[in-house]
Amino acid sequence: MALNYDQAVSKYEPTLGLEVHVELNTNSKMFCSCSTVFGAEPNTQTCPVCLGMPGALPVVNAKAIESSILIGLALNCSIAPYSRFARKNYFYPDMPKNFQTSQYDEPICVDGYLDVEIETDEGPKTFRVDIERVHMEEDTGKSLHVGGATGRIHGAEYSLLDYNRAGIPLVEIVTRIVPGTGKYAPAVARAYVTELRDILRSLGVSDVKMEQGSLRCDANVSLAPIGSGKLGTRSETKNVNSLRSVERAVAGEIVRQANRLEAGERIVQETRHFLEESGETRPGRSKETAEDYRYFPEPDLVPVAPDAKWIEELRATLPEKPSTRRKRLQEAWGVSDNEMASMVNAELLDTVEATIALGAEPARARGWWLGEISRLANEKEVHPTSLITAEQVAEVIALIANGELTDKLARGVVEGVIAGEGSPREVIDKRGLKVVSDDGALMTAIEAAIAAQPDTAERIRGGNIPAAGALIGAVMKATGGQADAAKVRELLLKHLGQG
Amino acid sequence: MAAISREEVAHLARLSRIEMTPDELDHLASEMQLILGAVARVQEVAAADIPPTSHALPMTNVFREDVTKPSLSPEDALSGAPAREEDRFKVPQILGDAE
Ligand SMILES: [Zn+2]
Repeated sequence: MALNYDQAVSKYEPTLGLEVHVELNTNSKMFCSCSTVFGAEPNTQTCPVCLGMPGALPVVNAKAIESSILIGLALNCSIAPYSRFARKNYFYPDMPKNFQTSQYDEPICVDGYLDVEIETDEGPKTFRVDIERVHMEEDTGKSLHVGGATGRIHGAEYSLLDYNRAGIPLVEIVTRIVPGTGKYAPAVARAYVTELRDILRSLGVSDVKMEQGSLRCDANVSLAPIGSGKLGTRSETKNVNSLRSVERAVAGEIVRQANRLEAGERIVQETRHFLEESGETRPGRSKETAEDYRYFPEPDLVPVAPDAKWIEELRATLPEKPSTRRKRLQEAWGVSDNEMASMVNAELLDTVEATIALGAEPARARGWWLGEISRLANEKEVHPTSLITAEQVAEVIALIANGELTDKLARGVVEGVIAGEGSPREVIDKRGLKVVSDDGALMTAIEAAIAAQPDTAERIRGGNIPAAGALIGAVMKATGGQADAAKVRELLLKHLGQG
Repeated sequence: MAAISREEVAHLARLSRIEMTPDELDHLASEMQLILGAVARVQEVAAADIPPTSHALPMTNVFREDVTKPSLSPEDALSGAPAREEDRFKVPQILGDAE
């Protein structure tokens, strides 16, 4: 009988290792001045250097070095006083040079850590993920496989190469093995990649878009019988392109390996590919050993030796840690863990913060972004921030706060802004969405309602306050919902001698 | 001095996607042995007071500003390509993984 996840982790102890590749958001490539803009026409961003033409000479992008050092500092690493580039030799058309310029035995940052907090059965718990190294390299070109049924490499008749991506600065962040996570291994993996992504975003060094491939994660998983004190053979799962997939890929590998071990089979050290649809992995090419890449020092690039002054200048610019910032904002706004988590998960924390900074009350800012605006964004399958800006939302909230709009009218204003009808003010004018706050106009409507329902009015005069609901409803209807119900109630009760 | 075996030459040939006959392997193994021997003579002058280095010049930190310059046109970029399709380099079937 096949083991499920709970059975697998009750018998086997998983050990994690994570390699994250992040594309830096520099303007130009790592070793040449070609543009790095995403989505350009094929082979419009290449030159003799990134095409690997004979005699072309690379020159290192200073900004890429700076970004790499910032990443190392944010991950509590030591910055190497002396580091070198190396050639990683392999024959594969995604790198026209037939080697990738990378770093081997002398990476720019070493020995850091990142603490991540996850929710366990016993409450929140912090796991320390040790960082072994952060090194610089360059991205490869993009292959398009033609022929065959699936667009995959197997069965393809030939491949088409676009080298726009070749040479874009890439930083690889490698953890040491993370032991002792037990059944929480998938959650720790996800929390690590999430926290890392937030840090990289706060540093401003990368777009960190997993769906566009600017942040990519490879997950190494091995299993050993619980209590054996041993380390099993690991597999490396590539192609993990979302936070949810990181969690699913690790869980999937744990189940697959546990079932192999149960059946008395060996785990093969290999690269596997994550299949988004099923959450399973399939084997990829067998891994070439380290020697097969025949690394050697890149003769065309001199060593990088950042001096202490430069490093300290960069350290001084480090932003607040995202986890610290979240705690600070949560306290300032007085929101629950769940409410905070929903803002973070919806990637709306920055936006809500910006809206509050523009004067909106925290509860209202959160409510609008997570409620109405998220609902409309879901319908259109886009991110809420692509529909409306923090400034516009703050303006709507200010109009609610000063009584010019009711919640209902405000929804109409937001709808109008999203529909491209202009600024909140313009939508209010065009759609005629102003609250009827003029006492005279309201009194006319109130008197009409009383005239239509004299019995109800009499009951209110007699002290039956709840009966006022019927008259308020009539006034709201008469004003097309544009009156402030509280104001109507106040005027009505006063008029009937109950104010 | 490190020796290079016939098997190592065969392995390198495979990694480099170069097809070699048994005769060529024999010939190249001994030839590479000679080349390595010649290069290894450098070690004879390496005294304890000379630190090992990968670079001839005592230079570090040669950088350029992060500024873009015009790239080649696709026409120029592809001008030396043996085959092309839709402004992409066309290569034979790859056996391995897609990235
Ligand atoms: Zn280039």
